[in-house]
Amino acid sequence: MKNRTTVERKSERELAVTRTFNGPARLVFEAWTKPDVFRQWWVPKSMGMSLLSCEMDVRVGGRYRLEFAHGDSRMAFFGTYKEVTPHSRLVWTNDESDGGAISTVTFEERSGKTLLVYHELYPSKEALDANAGMENAMAETFEQLDELLVTLGAT
Amino acid sequence: MVQYAQTRFDASFAALSDATRRGVLEQLWRADASITDLAEKFRMSLTGMKKHVGVLEQSGLVTTAKVGRVRTCKLGPRRLEEEAAWIERYRQLWDARFDALDTVVEELKQKEKVVGRKKRE
Repeated sequence: MKNRTTVERKSERELAVTRTFNGPARLVFEAWTKPDVFRQWWVPKSMGMSLLSCEMDVRVGGRYRLEFAHGDSRMAFFGTYKEVTPHSRLVWTNDESDGGAISTVTFEERSGKTLLVYHELYPSKEALDANAGMENAMAETFEQLDELLVTLGAT
Repeated sequence: MVQYAQTRFDASFAALSDATRRGVLEQLWRADASITDLAEKFRMSLTGMKKHVGVLEQSGLVTTAKVGRVRTCKLGPRRLEEEAAWIERYRQLWDARFDALDTVVEELKQKEKVVGRKKRE
């Protein structure tokens, strides 16, 4: 059975994503910290992008860099690990754009399952609106709006 | 009611049919702005921008309020629906990612079992 993914806007500048995984925290943590495992899941097919490279130096002060391709365009995401507590907590910065978030992931094991919370804290509300889920958020907004208009038109 | 919905639909459609007005919406999505700000940003006369904002206002996509001499524009009541839709898209991205992570965790568990068996042997 598939576990639910929930998203909560904790405040004007915070988002939190929660999900339970059917495995111990050490394995879920491994999937976030070993590049060869990480790249197997971070870019699901439905995103329409591919991961060209993935470097992760997972220790306090260590850096990471992910390079994506979307059609002909290339994008890089990078930053620094601020906290690394094996099997329980990871904190890193997102430095590719102004107003990037601080990302925190916590792993909490309960009877063989892991409750994972991915949390993003932005410097301001505007930064959250501009950056979060940047993957074509605006284009999709207009798509939604178009659908809404069609619905209204059909009433 | 049908009449009302039809009118609202026409107004919204007209509002979205123009590239500048779509740009204004995108801008207001990021932050509220005065008509003067918008006119400058889109290199347009104040009068021209006022017209565009007027069209957006009629469609309910934008509301404006005058404070002193400045008229500030922000996204209208539909913003809430858009925000809900936006959160849902963000959730779908993570849900897809985490479905893939489920598979990876399952594989790691299997691998561990095999390694564990080998160690015991």
